Parts: sequence; C-alpha cells; structure tokens
Amino acid sequence: MAEAHGYQKPLPVPDEDSQPFFQATREHRLMIQQCRACGTAHWPFRSRCPVCLSPAIDWVQASGQGRLSTFTLVHQVAHPGFACDVPYILAEVDLQEGVRIISTIVDCPHAELYIGMPLIVTFADSTDEISLPVFRPAPGAEPGYSGERE
Amino acid sequence: MNLRGACAIAGLGMTRMGKVYGRSATDFAVEAVELALQDAGLQKAEVDGLLINTNMSREMNPQLQRALGLENLSLLNAMNAYGSTAGTMIQYAAMAILHGLAQVVVLVYADDPLKPARGAGASYSGAGRQSGTGMAGLPMAYGYYGANPGYAMAARRHMHLFGTTSEQLGAIAIAQRAWAQMNPWAQMRTPLSMEEYIHSRYIAEPLRLFDCCLVSNGGIAVVVTSAQRARQLKQPPVYILGLGQAAPGGFGRADREPGIYTGARQAGETALRMAGIELRDIEICELYDCYTYTVLVTLEDYGFCAKGEGGAFVEDGKLGPGGSLPTNTGGGELSAYYMWGFTPLSEGIMQARGQAGERQVDRHDLILVSGNGGVLSYHSTTILGTHPA
Repeated sequence: MAEAHGYQKPLPVPDEDSQPFFQATREHRLMIQQCRACGTAHWPFRSRCPVCLSPAIDWVQASGQGRLSTFTLVHQVAHPGFACDVPYILAEVDLQEGVRIISTIVDCPHAELYIGMPLIVTFADSTDEISLPVFRPAPGAEPGYSGERE
Repeated sequence: MNLRGACAIAGLGMTRMGKVYGRSATDFAVEAVELALQDAGLQKAEVDGLLINTNMSREMNPQLQRALGLENLSLLNAMNAYGSTAGTMIQYAAMAILHGLAQVVVLVYADDPLKPARGAGASYSGAGRQSGTGMAGLPMAYGYYGANPGYAMAARRHMHLFGTTSEQLGAIAIAQRAWAQMNPWAQMRTPLSMEEYIHSRYIAEPLRLFDCCLVSNGGIAVVVTSAQRARQLKQPPVYILGLGQAAPGGFGRADREPGIYTGARQAGETALRMAGIELRDIEICELYDCYTYTVLVTLEDYGFCAKGEGGAFVEDGKLGPGGSLPTNTGGGELSAYYMWGFTPLSEGIMQARGQAGERQVDRHDLILVSGNGGVLSYHSTTILGTHPA
C-alpha cells in the first residue's frame, strides 16, 4: 500500500496493545493513557502506570495542545525515505496533559521554530491505514521569531 | 570494610582500533584479554572473574568465556548500562574482590560495527517499510534514528536555557583533537581549527560532524585485582578510590530536564565521598564524550562550574594541552577511538601509570573517569589514583 500511495517512509505496525492509538489517529484523535488510580497521564502505551504501577489504565483523548520543548533539524539520511526531506524537524512536545512526546512540526518554516512555542496537533495521513500525529503552530505562536537560529 | 584503595587495575590490553576490518568482535576480545594478561604478568589460569560490556555485537555475552577458555570462574556477567557500563563493571569487580568472591577479574569491551565500504543500497538493506511494532515504531516513522537526535535536542535546549554557543562546543572538540595529535592510538591526528569545526556539516542541528564521536572496531581489556596482588605484578597499580552510579529517570514527563541535569551530579558526589577527596583535588578528567555536549554537561554536573556555565568554562581552552583541567587527554571518543566507556578508562589508566608518552600530564595522581549512556540516562563515575589512600 505504501508503494501505491508513493509513501516512502517507514511506518509502525499496530499491534493489539496499540490498536486504540492508531485507530484514533486515523480518526484524527490523539490518544494518551491515563491512570485511574493516580490520574497521571503517560505515553506511549504501557500496561501499568509508570508512576503508581496500577494496571487501571484508560485511553483518553488528549487536547492536542502543547508546547515545543526542544527540536533538532536532521541532516543525516538514515533511511532513503527521508532523503527528500533533509533537513527535517524532530521535536519534543510537552502536551498540556503533562507528557512529553516525539513528533515533528508542520506548517512552520525552520527559522520560525522557537522553544516554548504553542502547538496544536494535526494529522498526517500517510496511508489508508496509518495517520501520524504531527504538530503545527497554535494560534498565538509569534510568527517570524528566529531567536533560536544561529 | 572500605573499598577505597582496596583494589587496583593491574593490566590493560588494547588491540589495534579504528578501521580494522576482517576481524570479529570475539577475535578482538580474545586478543585484548591476552594483551591485558601479558601486561599484568598474569597467567590465564589465575583469572576467576569475567565481565563483558554488552554493545552492538551479539557475540558479547557470557559465552565469551568459551572463546577465552576460562574455567573455574566465580564471577561472570555480561553487563549493560550502555555507555556507563565500564564504570559499573569496575564497581562490580571491585566489590566482588573486596568480599572475596573473586581475585582476578577481567573486564572486556570489543566490537566490530564498521564494515568495509559497500554501496548505498546495500547499507539500506533491511531499512524497509516498517519502523517497528506498535507505538515503539513511532519515533522512526518521524525519522528519529540512532542517538544523534536525542543529544542534539538536549544540546539545543541547553543553548536556549543558557546561551551556550556552537563555538563553545567546538572548543571541546578542538582541545581533544590537540591531545589526539600526541596519541599514537588516535584515529584522528590532524589539527582541528575553529573554522574547520564551524564549517563542518551538520549531523542534527546544533550538532556538527566534529561534535559527534567516531565509530571504531577493536577491543580493550582491563584486569582488576586486590591492591596487594597488583603490587606484586608488572605495572604500577592504578588504585580504585571512588565509585558512583546514577540513573535519575524523568524522561517522557513534561517540564522535566533530564538532558540538562544528569546523573553525573549524584554519581560524582558518591565517588568523591568514597575516595575521601574534593573535586578540586582532581587533576585529570576522562569524560565520556559520545558528543561534545556530554563533556560540557558532565563538567557542570560534577561541579567544575555552575549549571549553564559550561560553555564559558571550556571556551578558554583549559581542557586542552597546557590547560588547567586536562580532559580527554588521548583525544577521547571524538578523536581517538570509540570503545564506549573503555575509551576514557583506558586513557585514565595510562595517565595514572605515567605511560602516556608525549601527552603525559605531569600531575596525574587523581583521575576522574565518567561514563554515560542512553541519552544522558545512565551515569557512572570512577576515581582512579596512584596511591591507595
């Protein structure tokens, strides 16, 4: 299917544990896990809460709001699927719910990225089966701020 | 029962390292152990402990005992704390010897990650369409491969918080290359200028080519014994004075700074306390340098300077030859050889013994050796000395 759509990058293969996450991303919803016992949110999938170790875990929908904690522009081509994209953004995003996730930023020139910028989730429909959560500048992100670039 | 000065490093063996092809990790390991035993003046039959640094090679597992033909071992383990493993191996060996579990422990690192050049297609073979199963496959789907992005993001955050500059990271690379020029073991022996550093290609911004360590084939083995036994053997004993370890966690949580405040602080305090010395007593640092950034943040966390001031601390060249804090005096993993934690450990041993040749530092009685692994996730500290107390 990847070839038919021209999508050249590698994609995760959902398994039983992660199926709720990938099903939701196809529907453009970002799911994180929350512990019923202590209320802490975590990501990625874990069968037990990493804070209180309880197995009482629920999938919950995240607001999608977050802030850019840090980022890099990758110049190395580690997989041929990324050859046309270098340099591309990798980001650590702090979600409002208190978890930090790896993702990328879209709809933002590299020079306008800045640590602390507010972000909102959106979804990249890579194939018919897999959509990936990505982030774009949220309303209120200051355009044109390039203090982080040398 | 005090560990300080109770044990010592009695043997060091190093194979040819770097772009050395046609040999397996096991072959490097066996040669390194042979050299280490010869260096110490020990017979193989006296070895009763074997500790193996696990790495990218599948051969680095307890079955290495068979290739070495070691029998009647009372201590055997393949250990894994990534880049901090070497320090933890020293810890385990010393504690075992102190309590009579073993008397002569061999520690070994060997790997053959470099293969002869082959076509780009071949090197991508297996890259494939799948990035992994489940949510563990997500990072690679975004293009997060290997260790570079994590360290790059930590360095970027440090620059944001404290104004650290690329030139300051470059000062570390330049100082280490100056040491490497005097090291016959080093892979990179041409001088590195700031201009060359700044114009080197980006790997993952802000990290450039010369911010990132080498990759090397080869092996290093170290022999640890009681201090008393070491004094009977061929080399000047390198006493193990202080040990520490830390894994602070905190990854995956928003508003935490695990890439900024590392386990070096706790591991360093523990090791200094055990050694009964102050930080200012340290004369040489051998710091795990998978990236220039790890040297900078480790210096801060040990307390050589305040948090955030690592850039200013290094930019005057004090880490280099003639400087006030000789650091990575063989060139480190950036310029000499990449044997994970055995890189700083081996150089620390040679300096302590007074066997570092042209790059020998005059004051070499107290040496601080660090290890870090994961992305600044796991930390070990070892303090070596020329006197047991």
